[in-house]
Amino acid sequence: MTAPITAITLPKWGLTMTEGKVVQWLKQPGASFAKGEELLEIETSKITNVVEADAAGTLTRIVAPEGTTLPIGALLAVIAPADTPAAEIDAFVAQFVVAEPADAAGEDATPVAPRELQVLGRTLRCLELGSGDAMPVLLLHGFGADLNSWMFNQPALCEGRRTLALELPGHGLSSKDVGGGDATFLTDVVEAALTELGAEQVHIVGHSMGGALAVSWASRRPDRIASLTLLAPAGLGPEINGGFIDAFVRASRRREAVEALQLLVHDPTLISRAMVEDFLRYKRLDGVTPALETMARAWFPEGRQAVDLITALRALAMPVQVIWGRDDKIIPVAHAAAAAPSARIHVLEGVGHLPHMEKAGEVNRLIGAMIA
Amino acid sequence: MPVKTIRQALQEALVHEMRRDPRVVVIGEDVSGGAGTEGGRDAAGGVLGVTKGLIKEFGESRVIDTPITESAIMGAAAGAAVTGLRPVAELMFSDFLGVCFDQIFNQAAKFRYMFGGKARTPLVIRTMIGAGRSAAAQHSQSPYHIFTSVPGLKVVVPSNAYDAKGLLIQAIRDDDPVVFCEHKLMYDLRTEVPDEAYTIPFGEANVVRDGDDVTVVALARMVHYTMEAAEKLANEGIECEVIDPRTTSPLDEDTILDSVERTGRLVVVDEATPRCSMATDIAALVADKAFAALKAPIRRVTAPHTPVPFAPSLEKLYIPDPERIAAAVREVHGYAR
Repeated sequence: MTAPITAITLPKWGLTMTEGKVVQWLKQPGASFAKGEELLEIETSKITNVVEADAAGTLTRIVAPEGTTLPIGALLAVIAPADTPAAEIDAFVAQFVVAEPADAAGEDATPVAPRELQVLGRTLRCLELGSGDAMPVLLLHGFGADLNSWMFNQPALCEGRRTLALELPGHGLSSKDVGGGDATFLTDVVEAALTELGAEQVHIVGHSMGGALAVSWASRRPDRIASLTLLAPAGLGPEINGGFIDAFVRASRRREAVEALQLLVHDPTLISRAMVEDFLRYKRLDGVTPALETMARAWFPEGRQAVDLITALRALAMPVQVIWGRDDKIIPVAHAAAAAPSARIHVLEGVGHLPHMEKAGEVNRLIGAMIA
Repeated sequence: MPVKTIRQALQEALVHEMRRDPRVVVIGEDVSGGAGTEGGRDAAGGVLGVTKGLIKEFGESRVIDTPITESAIMGAAAGAAVTGLRPVAELMFSDFLGVCFDQIFNQAAKFRYMFGGKARTPLVIRTMIGAGRSAAAQHSQSPYHIFTSVPGLKVVVPSNAYDAKGLLIQAIRDDDPVVFCEHKLMYDLRTEVPDEAYTIPFGEANVVRDGDDVTVVALARMVHYTMEAAEKLANEGIECEVIDPRTTSPLDEDTILDSVERTGRLVVVDEATPRCSMATDIAALVADKAFAALKAPIRRVTAPHTPVPFAPSLEKLYIPDPERIAAAVREVHGYAR
């Protein structure tokens, strides 16, 4: 009969999200938009992120005004052709049923929770999402981060394939024994973990120190890696913000944690109280500070990067892309040049050291194109 | 992450530290945990259920039952601490502090100072506070303000299981005497608690809820009543910032002052009696250091200056409740000169 009416609904980001608050509409009723344009901002207890358009369309009616808090899957707005009668939109809104998150997860039959792997005598966590025949994606977080780093990315990448967010030793709730904490040891861990996970060949997305590990392992086992996406990777130059590393390792109180974490992003308001609390809860665990100190000594002694992977990266034959925030205050964006000419370089404006969180939609599209 | 009660969280903290450090011992009345039961030792896990399993794993030399003599418990523990052990002593009801105050106030708290910094007193005193069980005037008080007024003592007043575990481990690792106050109606409250050991630093408040209109500082059980009130007030358009100091000594003054600088309004909620109390102390702090930021008088919501009544109906009136907290917040929020 007529062109379809579609819904914009509240997305689920991360394991613990149950509801979100509409902070601001970036498009007003009547506005047309292209695929990928930013529609609105949603605030969760952890972080604020933008919802982007899945497809081009016209915003016909906003159902959830700014300031409302709603469960995952709730109707936020209606997209319809401009000539759709108001009564049809009324009916669409009235008939809209929020999909139960439990039902959505029920198809997989397994609860969405990280699994535990035994790797080189340590217990490591790994969050696996998705299944299918397409080549799996391995996600490697950065120094001091954890598998939740990929909360905005993993759901977007897991269609038709396994996505494996590995939590390295010394991080998150994985074992805190990091051995020497050096690139060789952590590369051993990555290789052993993938064997344990039964993933013979993978695409890798690595952030910061995880990007360096991706390069390190790719040069060791190029046969097992189909492509590399490196987000602000370590290992491409000697400079690093040594003050940040020190502050990050030292921080035990909220004020210190906020100051350190705000350096990670372009927009400091992105660092919510819940993110700071999660970070402090991690830092308070026995063994975390020594683990971070050990890794910092191996990777970033005296405020310089000790790991140099430029030659290794340039020798790689598989497709490589490098994504970097223009406003990265941890590792300078200028290091991206070291990856040329073999890699495609994408510099994102208004982004700091966490492009996968600060501009998740854009990063997801770039990764999607790489692994398609 | 596993969800645990405060009772379990405290038990885990004791087990972690006793395994980690052989100098950690537990001492108190029936801490082996079976008196009065048919099951013998460990059957009940002590009168509070917190020391369950300790006698079996660590034996009599580290889980020490005492006569019903608080002065002996505290005296032995203070002496053991200053000579190299790290005792966790149980003062079952904080109301009994009177019979062992010399050992706490004039001995343990003073050793470091009297011996020119050469003595350390790594002593933890676990003790129960709180009204609400019709346990009458001698078993229902919350005298953490009395401990707080003693230089040389650190004082912890946790409100949830996550904090309880991290703060108790911190207390055991601390080289000074720490009084650790457990609210008797909160042992079964649950939150997510990691299985691993972790510490929460003293003097770092927890901001339980963000809000720009009124700062509300609350301790122990009052944190939960305040959150109930805050949810109700949010529906009326009043956003409370709820701060749980977690430790009263040291007190995280900065977090309280920063919040009041922003909101301009302060309500302090305290289950203890009001004279010379934490409510009074925090009100004075803000009046002294953030006076220019205040847009309204400070309000204290506390128990009255009387013993805790036995009669359930009177006891209910005695303890601050969400309605009284909400009324105080509305009053300061609506205040106009």
